[in-house]
Amino acid sequence: MNIGQQFSFIYKPLVFAACATPAVLMALGIATQVGVIDFAPMDLGADPVKRLIHACGITALNMLLITLAVTPLRQITHWNHVLRLRRMLGLFAFFYALLHFTSYAWLDQQLDIKAIGADILKRPYITIGMAALLMLVPLAVTSTNRMMRRMGRNWTRLHRLIYVLTALGIWHFYWQVKKDIREPLLYVGIFAVLMAWRLRAKFWPARVPGRT
Amino acid sequence: MKNDIPRIAPSEITAERIYMDRRQLLAAGFASATVATLAATSACGATPPALAALKATRNAAFSITDPPNSYEDITTYNNFYEFGTDKADPAVNARDFKPSPWSVTVDGEAEVRGKFTIEDLLAPHALEERVYRLRCVEAWSMVIPWAGFPLADLLQRFKPTSRAKYVEFTTLKDARQMPGQKYGVLDWPYVEGLRMDEAMHPLTFMAVGLYGKVLPNQSGAPLRLVVPWKYGFKNIKSIVRIRFVEQQPRNSWQIAAANEYGFYANVNPAVDHPRWSQATERRIGGGLLAKRAATLPFNGYAEQVASLYKGMDLRRNF
Repeated sequence: MNIGQQFSFIYKPLVFAACATPAVLMALGIATQVGVIDFAPMDLGADPVKRLIHACGITALNMLLITLAVTPLRQITHWNHVLRLRRMLGLFAFFYALLHFTSYAWLDQQLDIKAIGADILKRPYITIGMAALLMLVPLAVTSTNRMMRRMGRNWTRLHRLIYVLTALGIWHFYWQVKKDIREPLLYVGIFAVLMAWRLRAKFWPARVPGRT
Repeated sequence: MKNDIPRIAPSEITAERIYMDRRQLLAAGFASATVATLAATSACGATPPALAALKATRNAAFSITDPPNSYEDITTYNNFYEFGTDKADPAVNARDFKPSPWSVTVDGEAEVRGKFTIEDLLAPHALEERVYRLRCVEAWSMVIPWAGFPLADLLQRFKPTSRAKYVEFTTLKDARQMPGQKYGVLDWPYVEGLRMDEAMHPLTFMAVGLYGKVLPNQSGAPLRLVVPWKYGFKNIKSIVRIRFVEQQPRNSWQIAAANEYGFYANVNPAVDHPRWSQATERRIGGGLLAKRAATLPFNGYAEQVASLYKGMDLRRNF
């Protein structure tokens, strides 16, 4: 098997399974909650709605940061095939962000359009979260090979939105924490490192291995 | 009395059963738990100490009729930052906490001051059970059967002077026992306060038990405040100091974020938290598809307490 085949038949399915794992665990949690199965390790606890919303949101942020780590990883390891995993990672970020919003709108707000609209307009942390989700939509829609070819350089430009929306997503997290900001700060830190790497690669390209 | 409540982990029993057990024990004339048993909780190897049963008769006039939350929900979903900021943390991190021996310092504007053991403090008070709503500032709520006595009965024993306009409470500060205090999330120790008329109100309750048993550590053992018409953070836990003061105390959450948390913290659906709505709440225990319920002014206790705030701008005094 050459490296390309290894990616197609081994790494890609493995990464897919890893990305899908949180969703499977959440599904087990829901099944335990409603009493279909009894799987205590995944019990969603006393406030399952909040737990689920939070889990989806955190997973979406994790996926975004992992997606942003692909380029530095490629540059450090010269493992160019890793780029072929990026689309899947990004789409998983969109998937979890959508689940995050859906669980909020459905389980927390019971699809009360008026209440949800008021939240989006009146609560800044929800406004920016919604903005980040909306920004993910065009990225997901244009993620196909065909769109990539058709859009050419504009594709790259459009997909730089991920920097903005990830920042908004982390801000959204930071803003809704009551007092203990240690966890959101960790996300800020990781994001800062990933962005700093890019700045370095842009302004001091010679010092970045793997870049010609 | 001898305590032979079976040693079962709270997770193994449904709330209903504990509750019914207790009722049956009471009916059989079994229970005569006195304050002394509060100190008699004993650790036993790796299993959590069995909590002593308390004799506390239901005060129906001060109880709502909503079904209480399960013991498990009440004791595994806690905001008690001294034991960690996740709501599952206190149940785990409070296991080694020692609520006995315990003493409470009473000082300030009162004739009777000093350091009292918890036994002396509780001795004269007959316990009663009250089922109260609890509304957290985070927009969730529970229904909890507390055991305790009116705070007024306790405070009167210290003969507060006319200069006592407020009463301030302080939680234990001991980072070895309370690992959450190693982090400066809040300004430790936790402090709360009430205006004297709020403190003396018949609804204001000093709790020592839950579901007919001694308070578990994560719920604020051995002594915690319950003010049902205020947001949960007013209900200060594991109290070591009661001080009568002339000036309005600065409570911990107000110190942490004065624009978001005030001194009064009365439950008020019309005044939103700056970041989220207080108009509705999610009742814990309703599962995944539970509908949000409308939050009531003063958490449903408006009839009893609204008069305390007559003429006050509740939007400013949030």
